[in-house]
Amino acid sequence: MRPEVDQRLSELMRKALAGDEAAYGTFLREIAGVVRAVARRRLNSGGGIDPEDIVQETLLAIHLKRHTWRASEKIGPWVYAITRYKIVDAYRRRGQQVTIDIDTIIDTLESEPPKDAPSEREITLALEGLTGGQKQVVKSISVDGRSIRETAQNLGMKETAVRVALHRGLNAIAARFGKRT
Amino acid sequence: MKTDELINALAADAGRQKRPVEVVLDWSTLAACIAAAVIFVLTIGPRPDISEAATTGRFLFKFVVTAGLAASAFWVLLRLSRPGALRRGDWGLLLIAPVLLLLAVLAEFISVPQAQWAATATGQNSLNCLTWIPLFSIAPLALLLPALRHGAPTRPALAGAVTGLLAAGIGATFYAANCTDDSPLFVVTWYPIGIAFVVGVASVIATFIARW
Repeated sequence: MRPEVDQRLSELMRKALAGDEAAYGTFLREIAGVVRAVARRRLNSGGGIDPEDIVQETLLAIHLKRHTWRASEKIGPWVYAITRYKIVDAYRRRGQQVTIDIDTIIDTLESEPPKDAPSEREITLALEGLTGGQKQVVKSISVDGRSIRETAQNLGMKETAVRVALHRGLNAIAARFGKRT
Repeated sequence: MKTDELINALAADAGRQKRPVEVVLDWSTLAACIAAAVIFVLTIGPRPDISEAATTGRFLFKFVVTAGLAASAFWVLLRLSRPGALRRGDWGLLLIAPVLLLLAVLAEFISVPQAQWAATATGQNSLNCLTWIPLFSIAPLALLLPALRHGAPTRPALAGAVTGLLAAGIGATFYAANCTDDSPLFVVTWYPIGIAFVVGVASVIATFIARW
């Protein structure tokens, strides 16, 4: 990651950690492009792994493990390490071993946009497995694009309850990701 | 769900955060030391002649090795629990305690007559050593593995092994305060067996619980 890009993304993440949702959204969208480029390159001969699944699982991991990034450090190596882990883990779940050296190619990668997606992603399966309340809340905020407040009004819940359900729902999705039964 | 839709949900969840992993590891390690200390005092406790023993270099050197091992494992664990944080030189830290011990073994070969080497290495407490080091490591391990889970180890088995090394380093430090065999020849013969057992168990457990 070029130094100026790393600085900009680190700054966004610092704001995000201070609770700035808009900065966090921008950060995640940029990171998605970078992770997508890595995943596509690594999954060319992919063994049936959809790069966009890797992107989504990596974003979830970044979100749930963001307390393992130190604000004083570069964010690029942290993001790449998580991406690498998620790719290796996806292969492992399919019973394959891979070794991945992302560092050598990373500086040349440009951020890439998503392709039109098949609807049956891993994450959709994980979402469908949630309990009723969590599923409603996560769907409302993600797919329907509603805010916390709108979701609370819509579902007749308190905002704090919506936040809790969202947080637990995201945790549950991450735990179920890729574990089809 | 599309990726942009997922990002909507993640951004809305920005406000909820967990404690930094270093903080959790710090407190867990402190708790692990206290737990091991309590169990140590309630079971075998320190050897009766500890105040005399504490004036001898051989006795004190055991703690240099065991506590040094725990300290270096703690440092490496901090790195292993954060993605991309490990530096190449970190592994060298884990060699410090073993190298010191091997140097002490060489010194012992010089200061102890060859006829006594075997008896000194065998000692009186080998079975105790093999039993108590793992037993004193159980509570530390039970406190440290959840802390590892709180982190994000990109190599779970390895991070688990280092967690085991930390737990065993703590356990061995307390055991050493009871053991009356102080020669580096005894330490190098028996301690590594008990410690290796804990490392192996911790590594296997971590491959199941420390994935994320």
